[in-house]
Amino acid sequence: MNARVVVSGVGVISALGHNRQEFWESLTAGRSGIRPLTSISPGLLRFENGAEVRDWDPLRHFDEKEAGLLDRFAQFGAIAAREAVADAGVEWSAELREETAIVTGSCVGGQTTEDEGFVNLYQKNIPRVNPLTIPRTMENAAASRISLEMGIVGPTYTISTACSSSNHAVGQAFWMVRSGAVRMAITGGSEAVFSLGFLKAWEAMRVVSPDTCRPFSKDRKGLILGEGAAMLVLETLESAEARGAHIYAEVVGFGMGSDAFHITQPSADGAARAMRSALSDAGLKPEGIGYINAHGTATQANDATETAAIRKVFGTHADRLQVSSTKSMHGHTLGAAGALEAVATVLALHNGVLPPTANYNEPDPVCDLDVIPNQARKAQVECALSNSFAFGGLNAVLAFRSR
Amino acid sequence: MSHEELTERVRRIIATAQHLPEEKVTADSTFAELNIDSLDGINILFAVESEFNVNIPDDAAQNIRSVRDVVDGIAKLLAEGTGGNKEAVRA
Repeated sequence: MNARVVVSGVGVISALGHNRQEFWESLTAGRSGIRPLTSISPGLLRFENGAEVRDWDPLRHFDEKEAGLLDRFAQFGAIAAREAVADAGVEWSAELREETAIVTGSCVGGQTTEDEGFVNLYQKNIPRVNPLTIPRTMENAAASRISLEMGIVGPTYTISTACSSSNHAVGQAFWMVRSGAVRMAITGGSEAVFSLGFLKAWEAMRVVSPDTCRPFSKDRKGLILGEGAAMLVLETLESAEARGAHIYAEVVGFGMGSDAFHITQPSADGAARAMRSALSDAGLKPEGIGYINAHGTATQANDATETAAIRKVFGTHADRLQVSSTKSMHGHTLGAAGALEAVATVLALHNGVLPPTANYNEPDPVCDLDVIPNQARKAQVECALSNSFAFGGLNAVLAFRSR
Repeated sequence: MSHEELTERVRRIIATAQHLPEEKVTADSTFAELNIDSLDGINILFAVESEFNVNIPDDAAQNIRSVRDVVDGIAKLLAEGTGGNKEAVRA
């Protein structure tokens, strides 16, 4: 017996601000958080812009000892979870703490901590590495922190599937609540990407834009990296209604699959399969979807392939779909991307406003969809998809319904 | 360095990176003929940048589709002295 699952709380920290209000205001204003990098000295990289979390002072949120235990990515995850849980108005009992899951996504975990330790070791010849490096670096550090902080003792784990990590996480959490394995879940993802070593590796991939992120625009030049976290509180509709919780939207489907095609090149067939799988899980026909929050990285390959995949799944209905990539504003946050975009999608359904694709200049015949260029649109759609497609060919798609 | 010597070195780098016998990689080979995909391509550019100590910009990299494109691109960068350390080039 499957339960219906709803989103009753959201929290987000990103280049668009430290909370969900700032996130939503920027998204609907079409205002990008992409700026010159402050964490890396100019001149060391071929690109100079990123979507960094601005004015981050961990001591406003953690005492010194706690902050020292947590890499930036885990701090972001904990802050977003606090906001989501407060937003949902959860009142903890011993039973609920046992029946709540935490499922988070992260692609690279505490790599900023690792980078710092290795600079000391290899460059500064300091022969000792900080003993907190291991607990700070592990990909599950954010999930463990949320568990410790809130006393949650239910199933707690982390999924790492590159850029699909947090869509896989939210999908797993959704299935656990739907099946009755747990009553509630805190789920999402967090990422902190800005260390020189890691950015150098992205530079070598030759997919980072020298200016900004222009998804689906003919003059797109690649992705812009971003950092942050987003968390959602999922619970059964019954539980939310019983406690009079505010409901943002219903989670209705999750689909995933692997391309088995190429380690970095995308496949339209694989992406299409994941979208069809999400529709089937939701019991929806393609015509039931009104909006897609696209993966939309603004690389040449992704945007053309994603457009082809959408056309495969939706046929002529593709011309009636509204599609946008909010990465144009919050950047590509890798393992947090699915979570940020799930929050964007849920808020879009809830508020009846679709966020635009910012920085858009000119149509590209291979991206011939209505991509909501530059200006948010008032539109109450019934159902939406949120796409994540990862390096390694791993795809994960979520389906939501407005309430 | 003569044009022939440069071509030889580029052929050797590509053969090594692709695990191909050197004679398969000719001055006229295209990346498509050698089954070099986009990921192989950036890996070759990385090897070439390291060998000649030059920096190949992203927009130039996008137009490199053959052994000759690599050779011509490197020759141009070396002539301009872009990011090139003469010692490393001679080595």
